[in-house]
Amino acid sequence: MRERGSDGARGQPRRPMWPWHLALLIAVLGAWHGLTRSGVLPPFFFGQPLAVAQRIAEWFGSGKIFPHLGVTLLETVLAFAIGTVLGLVVGLWLALSPFASRLLNPYITAVNSMPRVILAPIFAVWFGLGIGSKVMLGVTLVFFIVFFSVYNGVREVSPVVLNNARMLGAGRRQLLRHVYLPSATAWVFSSLHASVGMAFVGAVVGEYLGSSRGVGYLILQAEGVFDIDTVLAGIAVLTACALILDRVVSIAERRLLRWRPGSSAEHF
Amino acid sequence: MNPVGAAAAALEFTRVSCSFPDRTKRGRSYAAVRQATLRVRDGEFVALVGPTGCGKSTLLNVAAGLLVPTEGEIRAYGAPLAGINRNAGYLFQPDSLFPWRSALENVAAGLEFRGTRRSDARERAQAWLARVGLEAHAAKYPHELSGGMRKRVALAQIWILQPRVLLMDEPFSALDVQTRQLMENELLSLWADNRASVLFVTHDLEEAIALADRVVVLAAGPESRPIAEFAVDLPRPRDVAEIGLQPRFIDLHRQVWQTLKAEVLAAHARARI
Repeated sequence: MRERGSDGARGQPRRPMWPWHLALLIAVLGAWHGLTRSGVLPPFFFGQPLAVAQRIAEWFGSGKIFPHLGVTLLETVLAFAIGTVLGLVVGLWLALSPFASRLLNPYITAVNSMPRVILAPIFAVWFGLGIGSKVMLGVTLVFFIVFFSVYNGVREVSPVVLNNARMLGAGRRQLLRHVYLPSATAWVFSSLHASVGMAFVGAVVGEYLGSSRGVGYLILQAEGVFDIDTVLAGIAVLTACALILDRVVSIAERRLLRWRPGSSAEHF
Repeated sequence: MNPVGAAAAALEFTRVSCSFPDRTKRGRSYAAVRQATLRVRDGEFVALVGPTGCGKSTLLNVAAGLLVPTEGEIRAYGAPLAGINRNAGYLFQPDSLFPWRSALENVAAGLEFRGTRRSDARERAQAWLARVGLEAHAAKYPHELSGGMRKRVALAQIWILQPRVLLMDEPFSALDVQTRQLMENELLSLWADNRASVLFVTHDLEEAIALADRVVVLAAGPESRPIAEFAVDLPRPRDVAEIGLQPRFIDLHRQVWQTLKAEVLAAHARARI
């Protein structure tokens, strides 16, 4: 019962793609290595894959990276959680209250079109150079993604399902809890991949603009002394983290949205 | 409930009119139903037939309390209807199940909304699922069920509340012919047990005659209203798959069709303009 059809279930089984993915990665890294080794590209500006790998191994070997990585991930998770809850609550509220929605509409559009990364220095002044300002930046990025998908999602709740719930005896609060909320949750999940990424961007950009800890801080330090290998190592670590977070989201989505037709199977 | 409830009609429409703002012409309104008067007696199965777009669903929504008529009055068991009709169960034409609830949770929903403890509600829902032959599919979500199964779940979802009035809006029109006949028989056997009053909307005359005690024909819309009615004196219990062969059925069909045909042609002619 539990297993749902993956590729094998429908039609011909597809050949696994990962050997090709790996081959492409090796080819690119190999080309990079060859070009910088032979001096066609100056290693000073372009770094060298082996030096980058060495730096990453050193970070993890000595454990030096963990406090930094921990801070960055903590900021990401906090920004993501706070932004999602706020987006969900405000999205539900505005979708169900036409007056509030019409009152706030122009302001929401304005704040959303503003390049919010610019707020980072202001947040640094308001919330200090600790994790507070990074979390806030992430929250402003995550909030709007979740808000808009919940807002539109609630307005698209099937009127038939809504009427059915009313006929079955649901009052206002029960409609909220049993119809609007589950339906909005589905929309939150549809925006989850984007919002996790945004929380991560908020954390790293915040660190990059001023901090004393975090992977963004490591990258900033290395740039200060033109240590391209370390910069690239930081970027590689961040990318790996982002991929892992995305995976976690996919797994959570698959478990929580089992009711949705064709959910998640098509995702990357 | 109401001491006079037994004598009063389950549903009584008195000169009900429903107008909607016209989408094509600003400021004008469009009257879907005009001066409709109709009674559904307690325990009676009434089928409303009419050409498409004749305001059948509008009348059902009025009876459900989902729509307030522009003019006229709707009474349920003698009392004027205010808000949702608490005595009524409504089977919709499109899928109306909660997609995020399993079959079992869908059936239990009404009881939970009305304050029954969750464990009790689930237990009774399990019994009702068994009643419609879906006990093995309790954990499945609506998208994992076939169209016929979803309709069964929807029937159980409504029937578990033991409504005194059933409103049905072409509930089986999306099903294939065989599934449809099975569902119609299922409906009749459920109905035989609790004898709710039924207002059943359909555009299929055969379905109407096979199921109902009385067939009411609506005029072609707009400004639709009941124009004729026919008592169906076929004996019960009926088997929907075979009833069509009886001479009395064919006779009734011919009679009703005489009236209905004119309205269908009128609706067609109007659609062409």
